[in-house]
Amino acid sequence: MHTQYMSIRHGLLALLEREPMYGYQLRTEFDTATGSTWPLNVGQVYTTLARLERDGLVAAGEQDDDGKVRYAITDAGRAELREWFGTPVEATDRPRDELAIKLALAVTVPGVDVASVVQRQRASTMTSMQDLTRLKRSGDPSLSWSLVLDAMRFQLEAELRWLDHCETVLTRTGAPR
Amino acid sequence: MSTETTPALEMVDVSRIHGRGDAAVHALRGLHLTVLPGELVAVMGPSGSGKSTLLNLAGGLDQATAGKVRVAGEELGSLSKGALAALRRRKVGYVFQDYNLIPSLTAVENIALPLELDRVRTREALAQARAALAEVGLEGLDDRFPDDLSGGQQQRVAIARAVVGDRGLILADEPTGALDSQTGEQVLALLRARCDLGASALLVTHEARHAGWADRVVFLRDGAVVDEAGSAVTPAAFLAGRP
Repeated sequence: MHTQYMSIRHGLLALLEREPMYGYQLRTEFDTATGSTWPLNVGQVYTTLARLERDGLVAAGEQDDDGKVRYAITDAGRAELREWFGTPVEATDRPRDELAIKLALAVTVPGVDVASVVQRQRASTMTSMQDLTRLKRSGDPSLSWSLVLDAMRFQLEAELRWLDHCETVLTRTGAPR
Repeated sequence: MSTETTPALEMVDVSRIHGRGDAAVHALRGLHLTVLPGELVAVMGPSGSGKSTLLNLAGGLDQATAGKVRVAGEELGSLSKGALAALRRRKVGYVFQDYNLIPSLTAVENIALPLELDRVRTREALAQARAALAEVGLEGLDDRFPDDLSGGQQQRVAIARAVVGDRGLILADEPTGALDSQTGEQVLALLRARCDLGASALLVTHEARHAGWADRVVFLRDGAVVDEAGSAVTPAAFLAGRP
């Protein structure tokens, strides 16, 4: 599956909008909200928090008895978050699609069996679809997680439809099969 | 062989040729497919790849030109007309895109019909039909006619009719084709639940999200299986009993 683009900055701001939290707590909450589909490591969380603090979007509280610090969202952070929710994700902001590039190149390289490249991808994408569906079935996912899983399933569906389209085009144009 | 390990459906080197000579159309070419008890298998492929022919052969609605088709261990080609009809009534349930309910019968009467055709007494048939209707989440709608039900509800009735009397093999031809996305998923969840209870289903669909509910997805091209997604059930897992 493709690397998913996700703004960690805005993800953390959205969680802090609920209540001030510790860094490790943010990591857990992020995993819960996205069903661990975009796992973060602690390093990413603290680096991002440091930048958010530098930009005045979060404020660190006093150290507690264990020496730990809770972060809270600032007014500027809230404005940034509203702006983010109010802006659609542009298709061009997403990372370049490795699969499309791979197929585009495959048709230009002699000796590559493009049809089997398409079929291998189809089986692999379908297996991911089965995995996600199994995740959706298992247990009682939160509404957030369920919507995230659906988003990924619809993306895979689009990819499979596009692969069917590629196959049809290749067959019609008599490209190497 | 114990009945537990007998595949619900077994197609061995099956070919189906329509017409003769230059006009011959090879709908299936040496197809192999096995569906184990508890498995939901989806079949995907472009139009003309042989999906409908496969389903018709599996259900005994059409005969193979060559090869063997076995349902619950019985080879369809070796059965008399009467025995084949009986096997189809008792072992195989069908779910179609357009539901195919009889408009002049109530939901419960539609479900009871295959049992009554199999000479189950009316009272007993209706009791089983009511239970099947409740199982698909339509308790209390027993006396509704198909026209008074939504598309999703009609398809649930059709599924209840397909599984009533503990038939082990469900053949579903684009069962979600006429339904909206969410209702379609509910129909798949229902088929999935039946398979988790030990039934088997062969699902023809062009919707990838719906095929995602299957244990295995089989890709058909020009009348043969070219590839498969999802792992086959290992014999050990199968013998240990699936959830």
